[in-house]
Amino acid sequence: MQSVPTVYYVALSAILFTLGVLGVLLRRNALIIFMSIELMLNSANLVFVAFAREFGQQAGQVFVFFVMTVAAAEVAVGLALIVTIFRAKRSINVDDINQLKG
Amino acid sequence: MPVNVETVIFFLLAAMAIGAAVGLLLSRNAVHSALFLVLNFAVVSVFFLFLAAPFIAMVQVTVYAGAIMVLFLFVIMLLGAELLRGGASGRWHSALAVVLAAGFVGVLGYVAFFSGIAPEALPNVDAGFGGPQLLGMDLFQTYLLPFELTSLLLLVAMIGAVVLTRDARTRSAAGPGARP
Amino acid sequence: MPDRLRQYRPLLLPVAGLLAAAALLAVPAVGWAAPAVQEGHGGGGAFFGLMPLLILFPVLGLLINIAWGRRLDEKWVGGIASGAAALSFVIAVLQWVSLRAVGYEAQTVYLADWLAIGELRAPWAFQVDTLSVTMMLVVTGVGTLIHVYAIGYMHEDVRANGDPARFPRFFVYMNLFLAAMLILVSGDNYLTMFVGWEGVGLCSYLLISFWLEKGAGGIGNARAGRKAFVVTRIGDWAMLLAIFLIFWTFGSLNYQEVFGAAASFRLDAQGQWVVTAITLLILMATTGKSAQLPLYVWLPDAMAGPTPVSALIHAATMVTAGIYIIARSNALYALAPFSAGAVAVVGAATAIFAGSIAIAQFDIKKVLAYSTISQLGFMVAAVGLGGYVAGMFHLVTHAFFKALLFLSAGSVIHAVEHGHHHAAAHHTAGGSGPAGDHVPAQAHGGAAGHVDAGKPGQEDHGEHDALDPQDMRNMGGLWNRLPVTKWVYLVGALALAGIVPFSGFWSKDEILHDALGQQNWLVFGLLTVAAFFTAFYMGRQLMMVFAGQPRTEAARHAVESRPLMTIPLIILAALALFGGLFNLPSIAGWTPPGAHALGDWLDHTLGAAPGGEHAGEAAEAAAGAHAGAAQAPELNLMVAGISTVVALGGLGAGAALYRGRPATAGERDPLRGVLGAGFTLIKDKWYGDELSDLLVIRPYNWLAHVSADLIDWRFWHDWFHNTVIGGIFNGFARFSADFLDLGVVDGLISQAPAVLARAVADGFRRFQTGYVRYYALIVFVGVVAVLGYLLFVR
Repeated sequence: MQSVPTVYYVALSAILFTLGVLGVLLRRNALIIFMSIELMLNSANLVFVAFAREFGQQAGQVFVFFVMTVAAAEVAVGLALIVTIFRAKRSINVDDINQLKG
Repeated sequence: MPVNVETVIFFLLAAMAIGAAVGLLLSRNAVHSALFLVLNFAVVSVFFLFLAAPFIAMVQVTVYAGAIMVLFLFVIMLLGAELLRGGASGRWHSALAVVLAAGFVGVLGYVAFFSGIAPEALPNVDAGFGGPQLLGMDLFQTYLLPFELTSLLLLVAMIGAVVLTRDARTRSAAGPGARP
Repeated sequence: MPDRLRQYRPLLLPVAGLLAAAALLAVPAVGWAAPAVQEGHGGGGAFFGLMPLLILFPVLGLLINIAWGRRLDEKWVGGIASGAAALSFVIAVLQWVSLRAVGYEAQTVYLADWLAIGELRAPWAFQVDTLSVTMMLVVTGVGTLIHVYAIGYMHEDVRANGDPARFPRFFVYMNLFLAAMLILVSGDNYLTMFVGWEGVGLCSYLLISFWLEKGAGGIGNARAGRKAFVVTRIGDWAMLLAIFLIFWTFGSLNYQEVFGAAASFRLDAQGQWVVTAITLLILMATTGKSAQLPLYVWLPDAMAGPTPVSALIHAATMVTAGIYIIARSNALYALAPFSAGAVAVVGAATAIFAGSIAIAQFDIKKVLAYSTISQLGFMVAAVGLGGYVAGMFHLVTHAFFKALLFLSAGSVIHAVEHGHHHAAAHHTAGGSGPAGDHVPAQAHGGAAGHVDAGKPGQEDHGEHDALDPQDMRNMGGLWNRLPVTKWVYLVGALALAGIVPFSGFWSKDEILHDALGQQNWLVFGLLTVAAFFTAFYMGRQLMMVFAGQPRTEAARHAVESRPLMTIPLIILAALALFGGLFNLPSIAGWTPPGAHALGDWLDHTLGAAPGGEHAGEAAEAAAGAHAGAAQAPELNLMVAGISTVVALGGLGAGAALYRGRPATAGERDPLRGVLGAGFTLIKDKWYGDELSDLLVIRPYNWLAHVSADLIDWRFWHDWFHNTVIGGIFNGFARFSADFLDLGVVDGLISQAPAVLARAVADGFRRFQTGYVRYYALIVFVGVVAVLGYLLFVR
């Protein structure tokens, strides 16, 4: 697959990232917001790997590895938070969660 | 733009990935969203294979598409939160979001295709690039400290998750007031 | 297992303390002793390095008792305190051994720097010479015995006074006293000495008012303590002035430097004045601390303290500090013959004055108190005459026999108290008599009623609601009740009276000999009469306490004290009996082995004082001070004869007069028949207290009242302070507060920004909706904007 330029991957990554951002901004379900975040992380990973290939540097892939680990940790804590919030409020609608309103 | 088999395959897969992402975005049912996301991850892992990152591709499939998404599905079903209904958020708010997104993609697209970067074929890489052996060498030599710190982070996250999701009753029983 | 371990828990702390003490012993033994050896005095001087331990041990003892005294058993508390005293004694003995090894050369053991201000150098250093070691041995030796005695005595005393929890406090004070006294005698400069001087004053105060809520009117003991503190303070003030003058004159406070400077001091008119002032001020300090005329008044009242305190502080050690410091400053007195003469006269006058008062006292401890003042007068007279050896000799023997007498008196008092309780219990149980309706808990009252019933005269009796166990009129016939105490008391009394061969004879004789040797007929006469008084009141006391028939039920049922108390008494009695051997004179040309031992020993310090030929000349011209001290005294048969006759006459007169009398507790004192109105005069202490009340205390109180009430309160506080200053201040404050602060500061500086901030915040808070997605949107706006700027604008 050497004939596909890196720029294409970057563009694809940008589209996926934007879709993730839209998910965060448009959906009210906390779980879907969370999944959108995962989508954004994943699109960033794609760029990392693409440039690693472009420059022949494995460091990019190592970073992807770390991003995945951190994402795993984030998912564990984030889901725990969602479960706890659901217990307390019987809802995971982020629009119901506005105790920090000034 | 060179048109060949590889490019066609790339565009087909890219369309699948974008389609899966849009599906994630638009599904009413959270379970569907999760399944769309799995599809997206799977496609991206194929891209990883194309980009000479076989190890990362496997990790993507097992950790992301496997473990993490199973966790998501588990939580969705545990909470019974597949279908969420509620008041609509402000119109201008959604419209602004879409406009901004379009702007964002426009900016990046401009950078990608109209800033003078020639879309060239990729250079060759050594055999074994991105394979478990070479990646492992990197991880355990150059990046040993970050690697260990990551393990610590995982441990902390695990403890945090356990503490956060403990039942209120269990929590008070283990608290200072209930100590025998 | 835990229970079995727990029973050893009280052992834990003392053992730990002893281990710590052993460790502390080891460290200086290695650390400090090594340099001392290197100085080349051979191995014998090695113990000088242990000198700091002398003070460390009592301090350690008191710290242990402060920290754990309340949790420890009485045995342990007393044991730790006595052990600390005993260890100090061991150290003192080691100093003596070391001094012998270095040929009695005075040593300075440096510990640490204390003050170094310009020329003023006052280190913590110890003066180890024959004089200070003599004092150390007396203080620690007699102190140890008294500590042991006090274990038994205070055991009863705290129970009789109803507060057993105060037991550890007593021993804390006692150890504190030992430490302070040892600092006093071992310091190598006047300032360190003054630290100890004040320290013993403090301990004296604390121990006199030990039962601070007891005594006449519930405050008598506290008043007694205060009196002692205030009166000795006058002396302390004089001492401080003397120290200032010494520094001003000689430029140092170190003993050796001062005396060295004194040797080459130019005795012009001004110099003579200064030295005389210094020495007179030291004499004044001595009259305070050593209870001489006219500042003696505190010592009789100090008997309010427990008896071991009277024995240790107010008989054996603290009150001799004045004699010590005069002996120490002998080089200065050699320059000031007038002061030396004043010292002698003050001493002799005090001796006869206090002796006369002692004759007519009824309180067993008051007799001994006035006797102490009188004997201190002997010592002061001796050092005033330049007979430093005689003075120190009498100091040592007096420490033995007066401590013995006080402790024996304590034993007698205990015995009477015991008998009193026994009689009261017996009485109440019988249910007969006028006091039969008293409840048993008020045993005191019950017996007092009984005593009162057999007392028609009511002569000279103050309060008799409760039986006074110290009143000799309530005693009598104790000879058969107290098998140990009677013998040791007899030894002490004979020693005090100066009967051959008891220790008191030899020391008193030496003083009289010195007085005669200088043709000082005034002093000699006064002292001889005082010696007669001494013998007389001791004979009177012996008869009143031990002879005849018991005059009260309490005396009839008196019981002997415990061995813990009597064994120290026996040791002290042996010392009182044989103490004369320390310094026997030559008798008719024959010199017994060990004669003049103390004289020769002290001579290394007193004779070798760097007064030099200059001071020697002055001394010989004035009083022959050094010569008198340095020459080996020959027993002057005339003096010995006179003093023996006087002592026997006094004893005999006392015994004859009081033989079988008073028969009952209320009978007239037989001496009243002889002296008539004079008896009342001396019984009331020549009205010394009343005189000082009239001359000093009342004007002082009046002045204080005027100062406080009229000047300070009414004028200064009410008018000037409240009206003038307060008015101005309030006016200004009101102006500042109402106008400046509320109006200007609050309005412009505080309120205006607050209102502004609130308005701004009200605007901004609309943006804070609490919706996360809203915030994310804003962030996204920022992202796009920044990217657009970077790409298109720049």
